[in-house]
Amino acid sequence: MADTNPIKQFEIHEVFPFEAFGLNLAFTNSSYFMMLTAVLTIGLFTIAMSSRALVPNRAQSVAEIIYGFVADMVRSSAGQEGLRFFPFVFTLFIFILVANMLGMFPYFPAPGAHSFTVTSHLIVTVAMALLVWLTVVVYGVYKNGAKFLRLFVPSGVPWPLLFIVTPIEIISFISRPISHSVRLFANMLAGHILLKVFAGFVVGLAAWTVGMEWGPIPGYIFGIAPFAMTLGLTALEFLVAFLQAYVFAVLTCIYLNDALHPGH
Amino acid sequence: MTHAPHSEVAQHVADAAADHADSGVFPPFDPTYFASQLFWLTIFFVILYVALDRFILPKIKTTIEDRRDRIADDLDAAAQAKADAEAAGEAYEKSLAEARTKAHVIAADTRKALDAEIAKETAGVEAELATKQETAEAAIRKAKEKAFSEVRGIATTATSAAVAALAGVDVSEADAGKAVDGLLKAKEA
Repeated sequence: MADTNPIKQFEIHEVFPFEAFGLNLAFTNSSYFMMLTAVLTIGLFTIAMSSRALVPNRAQSVAEIIYGFVADMVRSSAGQEGLRFFPFVFTLFIFILVANMLGMFPYFPAPGAHSFTVTSHLIVTVAMALLVWLTVVVYGVYKNGAKFLRLFVPSGVPWPLLFIVTPIEIISFISRPISHSVRLFANMLAGHILLKVFAGFVVGLAAWTVGMEWGPIPGYIFGIAPFAMTLGLTALEFLVAFLQAYVFAVLTCIYLNDALHPGH
Repeated sequence: MTHAPHSEVAQHVADAAADHADSGVFPPFDPTYFASQLFWLTIFFVILYVALDRFILPKIKTTIEDRRDRIADDLDAAAQAKADAEAAGEAYEKSLAEARTKAHVIAADTRKALDAEIAKETAGVEAELATKQETAEAAIRKAKEKAFSEVRGIATTATSAAVAALAGVDVSEADAGKAVDGLLKAKEA
């Protein structure tokens, strides 16, 4: 019988124990899905681009469309100079996208025999958001020096208002990694819990109504409603999986734009 | 069949309880594997970044750029070919016009030459005809004169014979001739 615990999908199982510097660095199912994400991305792109045809086949078209999609995103949000960060944004986008999509499998040949969404763990999204934030700070200071602080003093604001606006800008800048990471994490977590809860209702309602007979209607008919809900939610989750990868990448571009052109 | 599901559910509940007993925390907030996740995330993210940055993205970029260049080149070549075709068309039109004028000139020249030849031949034939006519006219005149002289002789003889027969007077040939001449002169006058 199916396991209806909606939290189980987030559990981490050790595969190979590994310790270094007094830290538990075991290879877990989370690491397994990260590895799969990297391997699948590299493998699929390599296969897609193997022919490098003038007239692309379907796989090559998809690879080129993803490339163009991210390139346009970077160009429109961070300008032409933002393209120096294109590989970084592309890696973030494709890593999150593939990890989210792998998480959509209900069952998967993986440790613990359940699928796992890498981005449903806060530590992972925090790490990526902090990486972006630190990149913005380090590159912004390296490129603009003290002028980077103009980021907190928007131009065209009457000076008395700066006493209010500047603290707000500073707080919003500092809280960026929090909102950036929690948005992705919470979306993936909540979506997957919701999906699992409704999927659990299918089994739960059917099991609860076993033996109850309403004339010719069998009890398990009540499983249909949550099943339809699960079906709809699955489609929604696919959308969210893509959308959150896109949102994370777009916000990265917008933040990088601040490092490139502060003082807007 | 009826007992199995219940026992399995019980087993799963026990498993879940045991799993939770391990940490007692919601897995995404369980710090046990924070270091592990960061460690492996760094490794695989860096591998992915390097692979994309060094190999895959440049490959896609050059492929797209090659295609763009190729299309631009082909469009240039097409424009060039079009210009060439237009130039060839103009050259053709020009040579056609030249040939036409040349043909006109040749036709005019030929016509002039033919006209001259015809005029020459006509003149020759006319001259010949004039000569022939003159000769013929001379011959006619001669024949006429001859006939006239013969007419005079006959008239003289006839006159003398008529006078001799009618009047019985012999008229000398010379007198008869004088009379005929006088009559002829009167007639001519």
